Amino acid sequence: MILRSRAPYLVMVLPMLVLFFVFHTYPLLQGLYYSFTDFAGWGDYEWVGLRNYRNVFRDPRIFDAYQFTFLFAITSMILVNAVGLGAAVGLNSNRVPARPVFKTIYFIPYVLSLLVIGYIFSYFFAHILPRLGVMLGIPNLSHNILGRPDTAWIGVVVVSVWQMSAFAMIIYLAGLQSIPKELYETCEIDGGTEAQKFLHVTFPLIAPYFTINMVVALKNSLMVFDQIMSLTGGGPGRSTESVSILIYRGGFQAGNFAYQSANAFILFIVIAVVSVVQMKRLQKREVQL
Amino acid sequence: MKALRRYDWLRTVLLLVGAVVFVFPLYMTVMIALKTPADMTTLSGILSIPSDPQWGNFVEAARVADLLTAFRVSVTVTSSSVVLTVLTSSMVGYAIGRNPKSRLYRILFLYFVSAMFVPFAVIMLPIARQMAFLDLDTVPGLIILYTAYGVPLSVFLYVGGLKSVPVDFDEAAWIDGASVFYSFRKLIFPLLKPVHATVVIHTAVWTWNDFLLPLIILGARRINTLALAQHSFEGQFTTDYNLGFASYLIALLPMIVIFLAAQKLVVSGLTGGGLK
Repeated sequence: MILRSRAPYLVMVLPMLVLFFVFHTYPLLQGLYYSFTDFAGWGDYEWVGLRNYRNVFRDPRIFDAYQFTFLFAITSMILVNAVGLGAAVGLNSNRVPARPVFKTIYFIPYVLSLLVIGYIFSYFFAHILPRLGVMLGIPNLSHNILGRPDTAWIGVVVVSVWQMSAFAMIIYLAGLQSIPKELYETCEIDGGTEAQKFLHVTFPLIAPYFTINMVVALKNSLMVFDQIMSLTGGGPGRSTESVSILIYRGGFQAGNFAYQSANAFILFIVIAVVSVVQMKRLQKREVQL
Repeated sequence: MKALRRYDWLRTVLLLVGAVVFVFPLYMTVMIALKTPADMTTLSGILSIPSDPQWGNFVEAARVADLLTAFRVSVTVTSSSVVLTVLTSSMVGYAIGRNPKSRLYRILFLYFVSAMFVPFAVIMLPIARQMAFLDLDTVPGLIILYTAYGVPLSVFLYVGGLKSVPVDFDEAAWIDGASVFYSFRKLIFPLLKPVHATVVIHTAVWTWNDFLLPLIILGARRINTLALAQHSFEGQFTTDYNLGFASYLIALLPMIVIFLAAQKLVVSGLTGGGLK
């Protein structure tokens, strides 16, 4: 190794380090500081210690938001991965005609805005699906599913799965293409069925891709915001109010800057813990398979 | 006959069903965007191919929501963020990747990458105040934020991609008397093309479609990106669906066109650039 002055490397890093600190770490610390005050977003404020955190745990509105967010996030994580993996397995077969066309169609949602897709689907749920429901004689579909507190979350899941599956599928396709064909041939010689091939060859070998997709899907879903803004605005009532929506509303519009900062830090801890636990468990599984 | 038997029809039919699910909302968008409110009373009226396509809807939607300005803002934000992210993150990634034994750079790497776990909701409230305070609740301010917030993932990708570029390359250049900057710019930067592709795609898709950051930074100034405009003019669009859908299509189309033109690059970029 030739010894080089370290100065040029420092010059390369320093500007971004400063920028990142000023616009990411500093506001993060500021949010943490405010979470121990009674700051409304304007005017004077006082130090209140852990009061906000205590109140967050007693707040039924925040509890409901977490309940919805987790119900939504776990459901969409499972469905995004099921659809993404299913589509990838289908597209990976060379016994399917017009594969490039299918691939293009299945990839497109990845580049589309969740907000705009939400607007498009909100029209679909309000004006198209009920008419189809009436035509087909399905009473559960004959009304706008976004209009009822017990079904609105399903609409949010549909939009999220529609948009987010594409990314999962792209990653799974890369995983499937990395599996050597000989392994399948060996399996066939041993008389393995399609299902056995999937369970004993495909799934174990794409385990790392499964880990990434599960972690990314859950993390993104726990931060859900855009599609809710365009589909339901958090309603009807507060039935689809996610934690991010609540932080936005409470922090900017309701004068609960400090209180929602505490809530945001709890969300941060929840997401970090969930992601780390998920990664640890899935990686352990990778080794076992 | 033989050709027909070659195909796996079960898979093909399932893929077709899926394709309909993915295409239908986009088909519906195009159909509604080209119709008049009078066509919208029946299901077949809404979904049929228009006999008299209303191209004027696009002009009217653009006028009502000032989409031309929003389009310019979006193009400025996305292109500047992409260029700045590639230039700055590749340098940071290079400095970190070429000093694997230095504790300073290992800590830096951890510092940047661990930020991926910070949900935006945590900095959303303070950053909105801070940007307003600094008079940076503007388009350049938004670009600065995207460049900063793109660092964790981009640096992660660059450090990963750099592992496949041998250090011997740098050393050969240094023996010839090149400086670190020179060898990075002339030698390493071009070799990182696959990583650039990944970073460009991620940054472009993210900054073009992002809604929350423009909402809290530009919202109060009534400046719109193309995505933000859809929200700002929601009220108008729910009374005239045809204009609304014309506007949605204007927001979606640029990404669809770019994707169709560069599909191979996008897909290989997403899977090849160290994301694994």
